[in-house]
Amino acid sequence: MNRKTKEIFIKYIFFLFALVAIIVLAMIVFSLFREGMPIFKQVSVKDFLFGMEWYPTYDPPYFGIFPLIVGSFIVTIFATLIAVPLGVLAAIYISEIAPRSIKEILKSVIELLAGLPSVVLGFFGMVVIAPVLQNVFDLPTGLNIVNASMILALMAIPTISSISEDALYAVPQEFKEASYALGATKFETIAKVIFPAALSGVTTAVMLGMARAIGETMVVLMVAGGAAAIPESIFDSVRPMPASIAAEMGETPYRSLHYHALFATGMVLFFLTLAFNLIADYVSNKFKQTGSATL
Amino acid sequence: MHQIQASTMKWRYLQQSLFFALIRGAALIITLALGGIILYIIIHGISAISWDFITKPPTHSMTQGGIMPAILGTIYLTVGAISIGLPLGVASAIYLSEYARQGRMIRLIRVGINCLAGVPSVVFGLFGLAFFVIFFGLGSSILAGSLTLGFLILPTIIGASEEALKSVPKTFREASLALGVSKWQTIFRIVLPNALPGILTGSILGIGRAAGETAPIMFTAAAFFTSKLPNSVFDEVMALPYHIYVLATAGTNIEETRPIQYGTVLVLVTLVLGINMIAIIIRAYMRRNKRW
Repeated sequence: MNRKTKEIFIKYIFFLFALVAIIVLAMIVFSLFREGMPIFKQVSVKDFLFGMEWYPTYDPPYFGIFPLIVGSFIVTIFATLIAVPLGVLAAIYISEIAPRSIKEILKSVIELLAGLPSVVLGFFGMVVIAPVLQNVFDLPTGLNIVNASMILALMAIPTISSISEDALYAVPQEFKEASYALGATKFETIAKVIFPAALSGVTTAVMLGMARAIGETMVVLMVAGGAAAIPESIFDSVRPMPASIAAEMGETPYRSLHYHALFATGMVLFFLTLAFNLIADYVSNKFKQTGSATL
Repeated sequence: MHQIQASTMKWRYLQQSLFFALIRGAALIITLALGGIILYIIIHGISAISWDFITKPPTHSMTQGGIMPAILGTIYLTVGAISIGLPLGVASAIYLSEYARQGRMIRLIRVGINCLAGVPSVVFGLFGLAFFVIFFGLGSSILAGSLTLGFLILPTIIGASEEALKSVPKTFREASLALGVSKWQTIFRIVLPNALPGILTGSILGIGRAAGETAPIMFTAAAFFTSKLPNSVFDEVMALPYHIYVLATAGTNIEETRPIQYGTVLVLVTLVLGINMIAIIIRAYMRRNKRW
């Protein structure tokens, strides 16, 4: 083999490796469909997605995952409401205001927070936050939407903060200089120049943070309470989709209807997070910050 | 006129101080949350930690004894995951950084990597169950769990490796190519060694992630309880994260085993954050001693 063919050969080998992420993604889709689709021979897609009753072990069983979808969305939305202000403000602090030493410390803090295993956070929510909520608000259980949302927010903060920080950091220096030259204060510069210029990046960060929260399993499994019903207050228990899958898969007979229904729930969850990720990707590409040329 | 201007200026600076206070508050809340959680776990967990706790198996239906099988299981799974994720991830990153030209295919690959990074961990668990445990008949085993975790950490490793490869200056490659060295030799002899610390940092973060994940191993590798240690990669193992979940939610006596639970949490947190700290320190060291 001469040198040139060898080089081309090597290049194609690496190309095959580069495809591995897509291949894995395809294998995931294949597995979910293979094990999830059989449920739709018994239950229509509409009844599955919008059915109000999730009683998979009753006779006859009911496979309506609407309460689970609602549960997932509620905890995700509340978690986002908590995590976005904290995460974005922390990002502004790191990129614009903090002195060097504090900046390094805060970055490490956020990185360590991201590294904290979800089961540990779930455990913390169970043994520390739940009793506090139960006593303070005099509730039957502290395992509820509020608890799950707070813990999920902690998990989403690192994602939101680090990606927002990158976006803020990428705003060209001239923008700030121009703003200061006009006599604007630092706050006005941040609020009216830097932040709007970084908005697409911040939006991407929020979308990815939401994707993280909606797919998170251990936290909602341990602290959301597990009631498969539409909640009436923020102190009610819910059973988000990942919790349902994780809790029930272990005791489901192989290839039973229930087993297929859980895989189908996995499909819904997969496509939801995929949608969040694709939107994030679209936003970050469509409204790409390309330096001063954008304005 | 002068008076009005002075008061507006005062208002503008007051506004700024309020905003800065808000921002500092946010940073403080995050720091306190992390510090509080870690401190709480240390305070409650430290009394459970002893040599026996780390080196002995559980006894009396997991209400007494240690957690050695779970520690060992987590190490096996993590080593397995990194031996699958690292070669695949680095090879993938080499293509993206050294060979790829902008185009539709590359764009698709990047979207694929981002999407893979966003796949929920429980979906990875389902995938591992359907694909490795059932389709390939591996059963619930170290191998099935390692493969699942290996693919889970793939995006982390690709991302970190690509960044590390890209940070090697172009001049290094040009100098090598100008000496008549072939492209792949340049990659293996010049680019990879210089990118190694960065790749290492990325893989350490991947290890931390793999060690702490629960949902992907619930149906693919983790055993509720096994009295024997695994003999081969086809055996089930106990694992620290799953052990915590089991003790906290389904143990024989949840309240009574709290000390063991805190102890196990402390061991896992020490392991995972220790791994993360190593990565952070290596990176800080690298930045300070940068040769280019």
